[in-house]
Amino acid sequence: MSTERFEIIGKAKKVIQQIGLELAFVDSVKENGIDGINELVRQLEAILGGSEPEQIRAGMDAVRQWIDERVAIDNKLSSVCIARLGDWQPWIDAAVMSWEYQLSYPALPEGWKTPEVAPPAPAVDAPNTAGAPLAAAAPRPAARTAELLPEQTVDVVPPDSDPEMLQLFCAEAQDLLQDIEQGVLVLEVNPTDSSSLDSLFRAFHTFKGNVGVMKLMVLQQLAHELESMLDAARRGNYQLGSDSITVILAGSDILKRFVGELSNQIAGVDAGRTIDLPIPQLIHDVHALLAAGSKAPAAQPPAAVKPMPAAPQAEAVAQAPAAPQAPSAPQTPAAPQAAPAVAAAVEADFAAIFHAPAPSPAAEPARSEPALAAPAAAVAAPVAKKQAASQQAAAPAVGSGIVRVDTVKLDGLIDLVGELVIAQSMVVQNPELKAITSAHLSRCLGQLRGITSDLQRTAMSLRMVPIRNTFQKMSRLVRDLALQQGKEIVLSLEGEDTELDRNIVEELSDPLVHMIRNSADHGIEMPEARVAAGKPAAGTITLRAFHQGGFIVIQIEDDGRGLSAAKIRKKAIERGIIKADENLDEREIFDLIFAAGFSTAEKVTDLSGRGVGMDVVRRNIEKMRGKIEIDSVEGEGTTFTLYVPLTLAIIEGLLVGIGEERYVIPTLSVRESFRPLPGMVTQVQGRGEVVSVRGRLTPILRLGRHLNTPHTALDPTDGIVVVVEAGQDSRCLLVDQLIGKQEVVIKSLGEMFRHQTEFAGAAILGDGRVGLILDINALVKLKSRNNGEAA
Amino acid sequence: MTAHPSTHHSSHQGATGALPGKYLTFTLSKESYGIPVLKVREIIRLCPITPVANMPEHVKGVINLRGKVIPLVDLRSKFCLPISTDTERNCIVVTQIAAAGGGTRLYGVIVDGVEEVANFAIADIEPTPDFGGAIDSMFITGMAKSGTGVKTLIDLDKISAVDGTIAIQALGLPSSSHAS
Repeated sequence: MSTERFEIIGKAKKVIQQIGLELAFVDSVKENGIDGINELVRQLEAILGGSEPEQIRAGMDAVRQWIDERVAIDNKLSSVCIARLGDWQPWIDAAVMSWEYQLSYPALPEGWKTPEVAPPAPAVDAPNTAGAPLAAAAPRPAARTAELLPEQTVDVVPPDSDPEMLQLFCAEAQDLLQDIEQGVLVLEVNPTDSSSLDSLFRAFHTFKGNVGVMKLMVLQQLAHELESMLDAARRGNYQLGSDSITVILAGSDILKRFVGELSNQIAGVDAGRTIDLPIPQLIHDVHALLAAGSKAPAAQPPAAVKPMPAAPQAEAVAQAPAAPQAPSAPQTPAAPQAAPAVAAAVEADFAAIFHAPAPSPAAEPARSEPALAAPAAAVAAPVAKKQAASQQAAAPAVGSGIVRVDTVKLDGLIDLVGELVIAQSMVVQNPELKAITSAHLSRCLGQLRGITSDLQRTAMSLRMVPIRNTFQKMSRLVRDLALQQGKEIVLSLEGEDTELDRNIVEELSDPLVHMIRNSADHGIEMPEARVAAGKPAAGTITLRAFHQGGFIVIQIEDDGRGLSAAKIRKKAIERGIIKADENLDEREIFDLIFAAGFSTAEKVTDLSGRGVGMDVVRRNIEKMRGKIEIDSVEGEGTTFTLYVPLTLAIIEGLLVGIGEERYVIPTLSVRESFRPLPGMVTQVQGRGEVVSVRGRLTPILRLGRHLNTPHTALDPTDGIVVVVEAGQDSRCLLVDQLIGKQEVVIKSLGEMFRHQTEFAGAAILGDGRVGLILDINALVKLKSRNNGEAA
Repeated sequence: MTAHPSTHHSSHQGATGALPGKYLTFTLSKESYGIPVLKVREIIRLCPITPVANMPEHVKGVINLRGKVIPLVDLRSKFCLPISTDTERNCIVVTQIAAAGGGTRLYGVIVDGVEEVANFAIADIEPTPDFGGAIDSMFITGMAKSGTGVKTLIDLDKISAVDGTIAIQALGLPSSSHAS
């Protein structure tokens, strides 16, 4: 999206707002004010200047026609014209917003094109038609009424507080928003899930408090409205429907936008710029929903709405252990001690309201009254239990000892610990020290080794975060995708507690989004097609994470149509990626979808299918030294398996020697190594040397020669061949000797070496010298370019 | 006291770019050069260098500075000066230079020998003589007179931003023009 368009949209929105204001002041009896509106419409036309999409232009043409007509007749506004403008203003506002977010445009209401003299039946219906298509595409809420709001958006001036405080605010807000989103998605499936209602309510409540501190009154009001809606739902005065879910999501989107913008501004992008947010509209929607919804379930008594039998399993599990304990809570000292009295009391307010029924299986409406009066400890206990059991980190938890630390500091610490480990091994392996035969010394050294490795483990764990948050973002994505494409998709998450290095989690997010989109778009069929194929109408995408052999494995599995090897092969030949007579096994064919410029989708959508997705995914995964594999059965589904390292900071490397120099090859890329026998190496005319590895001819890259380093292995049979692979390609690297395996802390080579392609980084080796880490991807590709095809 | 030649000298073009203050002077093949002392992190003896393949001649490789991997540049090759064989006084000046993305990074420079930290007053510093080229004044912030001769004050930020070599000699700084 060009910045120019953003500018136009920004200006247009302001004028549209002004038109709204102007309209509010138009007196329908006196029918004056046409000049002001005409002037504003003219301004809007000038701003758009023909750059607008045709849908907006149609709306602009309509309004121009009405005004010109009135000007020609008596230069006064008529009541019909005022009504029409009243409908038009929200319509154009919605249309401009659709333009901004690239959503589907609201339909131009019937009859707008006809002149006023023969007005078509009900112009009042227009806004409803206008709102509907927009709502389907999000992020604006569905409920639009004919009532015109004077202002569609408000400008929020970013708070002028001290940046550190703002940063804290943003960090916390992002966590809260994450909780909100997750809670909402649970509620969508099960609107009465009381633990989600609670956590959602608390999250909005905390948010309200935070923005209140920042003096952001408008945001505070928004949070307050949503909070009261949830509160009503909690108390059973209001039944959450899909409308309300959409509104809550839209509300959290607004807050997210604000927080996102704010963090950008903290980072120095357009600092101080006002942020305009469609808050009044949303508040209006919340009111409308509450007004409509509160009547329906009013007959139910309040307490019956939180019925324990209806509660989901999580809640039951959470509260089961709490039940026996609660009566004897004063004897369990842990909970009250951990929290300051005030916090406990605040918690008690919430907890009493909704956790009170838990200890007693025979819940009765009056139950909450005595619970409120009960000592804080009694109430705090179930809260703490519930949180521990359901693993919800939502609330400002009672006595949770969490310290927020700047990641730069953390990375610095982890770097230093890495160095300490290496320094320690330098000491332990020091030949002079080894010569001393003292039991005491070796005991001390052993202790040093133990402590440093403990320290390293602890330090690494500081940066480990569960992959839960990343996975949960995907639930939102799948929901939106399913809605957008009219498919039914269930996302099932497994192993969300698997911990990964924070940096890897961040790097993983984009590839996962790509692959989930790919699965939802190409994998899962339309419900009819699924039923016809004898599958359940709702497709399932399973996102799974687990540890395997020093790596984290992440699988994206769908039960969709699977990959068709024949189709992929045909397409790859069409695109010139492979030759028509090339002999590939199924796995190699599947691998072709990672080739640049490949797309199997017959229909290119805006989500995926442009053929850029998967090769970018693979590049990203390989950049973090991981790899990706595909398994697929046609008609049954596809599984993508990602292998990523536990951490980006340390790799296990194979240390090889070339002359005086030592290089590190990441072990993940190494398939095998051996000393070639004289008959194994063949000279190919003009192509270089190849060696036969398990029946495949693999080209040799003489590393010493390639890196211009003096080397001793002049003939391949004098050295060692290390078979490395990246993607589908494998190469044999000829080195002088293998030195051993070693864990190394990866250091960047820095700016000066940004243009070189041979090395992925550097590491400090056991003797304190710098060893360079070979970039296997680059070496393998470089060779294939110079050396023609491999197999 | 502070000297920020890199940030200030571009604003007064043609005038003396170098600010008065303390400079570390060192020799490169018999010539004396100076850099602001605030840019110098430390001076270390030559240590084992890991060469990085396929880099320009003046990039000697990387070294381990107490756990940090920093690049090492030989200013003599960078300036196309002859490299003397005497390695007794050779050392590495670790400097802090502006990184392209903001902030600073460390950058090791091999020099023939370090002389002294000299205080140059404003009167000691003369603008770069016009050698007829425009490039030289980009890298040279001024000439400082001192008791022992003339020191060429250079801007390492600018020099490190250039990937190739800089032929200072060819630009009109032959040793005869300002030797003592």
